[in-house]
Amino acid sequence: MDRWLTRNAPAIVLFVALVGAWQVAVSAFGMREYILPSPLVVLRALGGSEIPWAGHLWITTLEIVGAFVLAGVVGVALGIAIAWSPVLAKALVPFLVFVNTLPKVAVAPLFLLWLGYGVVPNMLIGALIGFFPVVINTAVGLTQVDEEMLDLGRVFNAPKWRVFAKIRIPNAYPYILSALKVTATAAVVGAIVGEFVASQKGLGYVIITTQGSMNTPVAFAALVWISVIGLAVYGAVVLAARWIAPWAETSE
Amino acid sequence: MSDLIVLDRVGMVYTTASGSVEALREISLGVGAGEFAALVGPSGCGKSTLLRIIAGLRPATSGAVAVAGRPVDGPLHAVGMVFQVPVLLKWRRVLDNVLLPAELAGLDSRRHEHRARELLRLVGLDGFADKYPRELSGGMQQRAALCRALLLDPPLLLMDEPFGALDAMTRDELNLELLRVWGEGNQRRKTIVFVTHSIPEAVFLADRVVVLTPRPGRVASIVPVSLPRPRTVASRASGDFGALTLQIHESLTRAQPPGR
Ligand SMILES: Nc1ncnc2c1ncn2[C@@H]1O[C@H](COP(=O)(O)OP(=O)(O)OP(=O)(O)O)[C@@H](O)[C@H]1O
Ligand SMILES: [Mg+2]
Repeated sequence: MDRWLTRNAPAIVLFVALVGAWQVAVSAFGMREYILPSPLVVLRALGGSEIPWAGHLWITTLEIVGAFVLAGVVGVALGIAIAWSPVLAKALVPFLVFVNTLPKVAVAPLFLLWLGYGVVPNMLIGALIGFFPVVINTAVGLTQVDEEMLDLGRVFNAPKWRVFAKIRIPNAYPYILSALKVTATAAVVGAIVGEFVASQKGLGYVIITTQGSMNTPVAFAALVWISVIGLAVYGAVVLAARWIAPWAETSE
Repeated sequence: MSDLIVLDRVGMVYTTASGSVEALREISLGVGAGEFAALVGPSGCGKSTLLRIIAGLRPATSGAVAVAGRPVDGPLHAVGMVFQVPVLLKWRRVLDNVLLPAELAGLDSRRHEHRARELLRLVGLDGFADKYPRELSGGMQQRAALCRALLLDPPLLLMDEPFGALDAMTRDELNLELLRVWGEGNQRRKTIVFVTHSIPEAVFLADRVVVLTPRPGRVASIVPVSLPRPRTVASRASGDFGALTLQIHESLTRAQPPGR
């Protein structure tokens, strides 16, 4: 705990200073609340009963975690397929590159049209934005293996799947984990964009409704909640990395 | 003594985007079953290449290789291979790295753990079984890689400068240890092809020392080492040892690159 404090002291000091400056600026310049609410007002909105936060939080968390898991599973599976078979790679890669160049946000209305309101389309949008780096990093991690390591497999007559299990896949862990950090952020973006386009629940929906009522403190409070979820998912990936691949030098 | 390894006019030309490199030319050589053969030659003359060709990890571009009477057309199994770099898997602890051959071969690795620990003790790595490779020095990693090669007790060992990163003392100790592993004094011995840059090491260990010319590597001379076995620390002090060392040294310097 002490070490954690010492290590993060610069960030904490900066954060506190910024929030303090914000508070002072708002009162000094007499900012209107609907333009820029002060931190204290936002804090009050966060705890207020005006919005049923728990329900919205649950929905958005579900969408983000769902998008993240889906992007991770599909991304790793596609990455393995590409590294496993040159034929599959030739078939999949151009298609995936094409999908990745699509502006995913523009696809959101279609998903809602096909799937209706609810958490599923928003999950899919998040997954669609976040899966590509996982595919690429998985495939790279599986193929960037020292030739000598593969020679070991050949000398011991190991079947292809065993070389994957014992050598290639562990080799890919750090690559996959660093892609998942990107995916964590992408899942948040996707879920919120989906809620913007059409929804009746979730933190993105809350932000949209405040536009009409000029309830800016609530919009800020929703932002705070979104970043809490985003940080939690990101933190979970970092912890998982430390647990799964303690031998890799982690770089954040 | 029947020849286990037979190389017949083996040549190797690497072709890369930047052109082609002739690494080996017309290497003809037999290594007897149970023989300890050392391979010396200037850097870049194709020693590592030759080991890979014998192991079947890379096909020669000309000539023929046979091991135990069968032409080599794919990776040999049941060879112990020590590469020039340790290539330990960085996500595995030292013990698990040593056990890797058992796992890759689909054997029950728990049944080999005892032997793995024994080997680690032999090379002075007891106490490091549970460390990750990055926690080991270069020389310690080489020793762990040696244990890995020995785990399944292969009858043929191909070793590429296995002791290159060791201090002189540890190197001498491991040389003696290697002779014991080889089976010096036994009827049934392993066959070893051992690449080294150290002429004294080659003379101390080997039955014959094969001297290669600079690239493209050809056989410059084959020097039989008739020093009595078992060899001991005292073997190095004998006059024959000095004479052989000198003879190989001269053979190495005499072997001029072609066209010069
Ligand atoms: N994979 C490769 N592709 C292209 N050229 C190669 C390759 N491997 C080796 N060579 C070339 O073949 C020649 C012999 O290389 P090799 O590694 O066998 O030498 P060596 O005798 O083991 O040298 P050293 O004593 O420095 O380890 C070198 O000139 C090298 O440039
Ligand atoms: Mg070499």
